[in-house]
Amino acid sequence: MDVNDLQDLYQQVILDHSRTPRNFRVIDDATSTVEGFNPLCGDQIRVFLSMTNDKVDDISFQGKGCAICTASSSMMTQQVKGKDREQVHQLFDRFHHAVASDNDTVDPETLGKLAVFIGVRKYPMRVKCASLPWHTLKAALEQSNQVVTTE
Amino acid sequence: MTLLSRPHAVQFNLESVRDDFPILKRRISSSKPLVYLDNAATSQKPKAVLDAVTQYYECHNANVHRGVHILSEEATDLYEGARQKVQNFLNAPSSKEVIFVRGTTEAMNLLAQSYARPLLQAGDEVLISHMEHHSNIVPWQMVCEQTGASLKVIPLDEYGALNQEAFTGLLSKRTKIFACIHVSNALGTVNPIKDMIQQAKSVGAVTIIDGAQAAPHYPIDVQDLGCDFYAISGHKMFAPTGIGALFGRHELLDAMAPYQGGGEMIKYVSFDRTLYNDLPHKFEAGTPNISGAIGLGAAIDYMAQLDWVAVTEHEQDLLEYGQQQLSELNSLRIIGQAPKKASVISFWMEDAHPHDVGTILSHAGICVRTGHHCAQPVMQHFDVPATVRASFAFYNTRDEVDALVEGLRHVRKVLVG
Repeated sequence: MDVNDLQDLYQQVILDHSRTPRNFRVIDDATSTVEGFNPLCGDQIRVFLSMTNDKVDDISFQGKGCAICTASSSMMTQQVKGKDREQVHQLFDRFHHAVASDNDTVDPETLGKLAVFIGVRKYPMRVKCASLPWHTLKAALEQSNQVVTTE
Repeated sequence: MTLLSRPHAVQFNLESVRDDFPILKRRISSSKPLVYLDNAATSQKPKAVLDAVTQYYECHNANVHRGVHILSEEATDLYEGARQKVQNFLNAPSSKEVIFVRGTTEAMNLLAQSYARPLLQAGDEVLISHMEHHSNIVPWQMVCEQTGASLKVIPLDEYGALNQEAFTGLLSKRTKIFACIHVSNALGTVNPIKDMIQQAKSVGAVTIIDGAQAAPHYPIDVQDLGCDFYAISGHKMFAPTGIGALFGRHELLDAMAPYQGGGEMIKYVSFDRTLYNDLPHKFEAGTPNISGAIGLGAAIDYMAQLDWVAVTEHEQDLLEYGQQQLSELNSLRIIGQAPKKASVISFWMEDAHPHDVGTILSHAGICVRTGHHCAQPVMQHFDVPATVRASFAFYNTRDEVDALVEGLRHVRKVLVG
């Protein structure tokens, strides 16, 4: 662990999204809404999803979380809006691989703006913070109304 | 780093004590000294403990109470010797009243299943407090579900102390078990446990005390406290993980059914019937954690040679100095300000989630706990998802408090700008 690792984790764009999260609101007529919970640190978010013709018409979130979780939720809502179900699943897989995998084969290009989260992989205890919103979104896509936990 | 760079109220040879703990010399990222402030999660181990464990494995390793060979005799003597040390540490009347367990969690599960389960009926009550560790909540919830008894909870006040009036009001003839934490791991609150034990006993309740956080800070005397059961965890008091002890009054332990079946806990086994062993072996099925028990004995010896008046003064100084320094930081709220506290400071910073605080502090070599501290009801009470917790042992210093404060300033700089 050195100072650069810390800067990789808390990049300016992540801090910006954590301080002023985008799409941080309730969607009253959401087609599905799922709560995500990280019992270890207490991150708790709710994702609101509005699908039209199998496309993400609108997406938002609410809740309390750390900087990584809040920024990840915020950037996720921006990235998946307008995408269809299949595209969201692909992005989920790419994101999950980028933050949770041990090898270095991740091509930042395929992640676009989400590449800022690659630094999280050096902090195994924090991977769940970044991936919680994505797991919650996945459950919302599958219209499962259960609470998602990272444990 | 000079250890006593600030005026200090007590004579306590801190440098020599720190020398006893090898890990305290470690550096993080090759340059920063380790600042270990997570003692309520687990304490560091003095060389005397590490040596005792190594010595056992290098010279005496054998199973206990089994063979007639020399090593088995030596191992048995060391293991039973450790039991006597725990007996002295707790001032228990007899070593037969000291059961080795994995830790406080196992002690509570043992009591819930072996003591409470056959006793409780619908209409009975188990009384715990709002500040319990999950290990003193969940085993009682389980046994209440199994028996139809109900769980009652003593409320917390705004400072993180138990509401004593409410406690008195909750006691009744229905209260069969009073199970309470002595010192809160999440808040540091020291409960007036002796008085609470007396009150609970006056309605006929059996009294069970979780002493995991009290044992590293205060001398414990189960006879003076007057409790029926008292549990401790070795790793919180400078001994290895995986070992702890349960004190129980002889007549209660003797009447209880075993917790687990197996070797060691029997006198005679046939397919028709089994005769259980005497105390304390009745509750120690299987090969025990021999090296852990020896390590616990060594930790007790180590603690015994410290000047505990000076230790307590030093820890209280760290607590007061730490609370004063931290409260000078902007937007920092100390969670838990009971009148009597052990050296534990839980806090919440605006605009800085505890997990981010923990990660950034770790880069400065500072280890604190972040999260709910296995006490989620406490977090709910104070309406925070988690806290940062700095918990001090006698080997910590004022300089380490300063390092924490400096680290928190850096956290704000990183997160808030």
